[in-house]
Amino acid sequence: MAEMDTSGGGGHKKGPGVKKSKKLSTRVDLTPMCDLGFLLITFFIFTTTISQPTAMHLALPDDRVKPEDQNKIKQSGALTILLGKDNNVFYYEGELAPDGSNFKSSNFKDIRNVIIRKKQQADTNLVVVIKPNDESVYKNFIDILDEMRIDLVGVYAVVDISPIEDKYVRLTEGESVPEATTTGAK
Amino acid sequence: MGRAKIARKSTLVDMTAMCDVAFLILSFFILTTKPKPSEAVPISTPKSVETKFVSDKNLVMISLNNQGRVYLSVGDNASDRAKKQAMLQDINQRNNLGLTPAEISALVKQPFIGTPLAQLKQQAHFPSDQINSKVLPGIPTQDTTNNQMIEWIAAAVNAYQGGHMDLILKGDNVAKYPVFKNILTAFKKNDQFKFQMVTNQANVPKGTDLYKKNIENDKKAG
Repeated sequence: MAEMDTSGGGGHKKGPGVKKSKKLSTRVDLTPMCDLGFLLITFFIFTTTISQPTAMHLALPDDRVKPEDQNKIKQSGALTILLGKDNNVFYYEGELAPDGSNFKSSNFKDIRNVIIRKKQQADTNLVVVIKPNDESVYKNFIDILDEMRIDLVGVYAVVDISPIEDKYVRLTEGESVPEATTTGAK
Repeated sequence: MGRAKIARKSTLVDMTAMCDVAFLILSFFILTTKPKPSEAVPISTPKSVETKFVSDKNLVMISLNNQGRVYLSVGDNASDRAKKQAMLQDINQRNNLGLTPAEISALVKQPFIGTPLAQLKQQAHFPSDQINSKVLPGIPTQDTTNNQMIEWIAAAVNAYQGGHMDLILKGDNVAKYPVFKNILTAFKKNDQFKFQMVTNQANVPKGTDLYKKNIENDKKAG
């Protein structure tokens, strides 16, 4: 298949004294080319499948459900995560104390430990409430939902931030270090 | 004693056929893969550990770019485009926009809807290849009083009535949360409680609960 016909014109006899030229085989080894072909195929397969985007599913709660029909969450298992600007994360457990003493600041790296600790403590009662404020970005929201998925938190809800919580977030962000450490240390 | 002498055969295999197959498959892959369509509205999506892929049929996509502008598009196939036509006719009738059939079909061909309702007529006269996030101001969703996304979702629900519709939200990393919240309001107002958010796939961090669960599932399956 991969050779060429190199024989001279059909059985023509050469005269005496004329040297018969040596016939060279033109058979080419196609193995490397075959290797290359498959290499390219694998390359294309790997590069095309990766760029496919994935989608995160989210079900929204129905706001029209009457307050008395809504589920109450146990205070012991509640963990509220607040999202602020510049990827800041804040949280408090249970109910927010009137003096804001249980309001703590965190970040996206440390929040996982907080969630895991709370999960071990609260077990099946765990409910994470996510409250992004107006300064937070879409990425923060996706990241925190992803965190729920990573830590296998069964029940979580996205709720609008209340003015008092927003005030605490903004205060902490505005005065940054001293405020954050005092509230965080308690 | 008459043992037949087995002739030693050459182990050289003719690779020509295999080589042909390899390149045939290669050319098949190259020709069948669609190049990523040049995006009129560039959006860098966040990452998540989600592994489900986005389907490309029956989808209504809402894009939210880095400036908080909102665009609406449908799947790139004939049935979705027919639905888009129905949506536009619906919107046209309810809001008395006075779009001509030619203008509606021009809008259907365009990749995005991205203007306030009043400016739809102008958008219809834009050439498709000049449509990008600089020209189009986006569908107004910024304030709660004039949330036109509600209209569009209502039209989409009507167009896809009886069939399946995938609501897909594609947001940019730095898009602000309030705009996103207004889109959610538009979903809720139209009784659309399930939707999907486009993300890029990321690996599950090691040692986490999900990571352990995945390993257990693999063990069960394997």
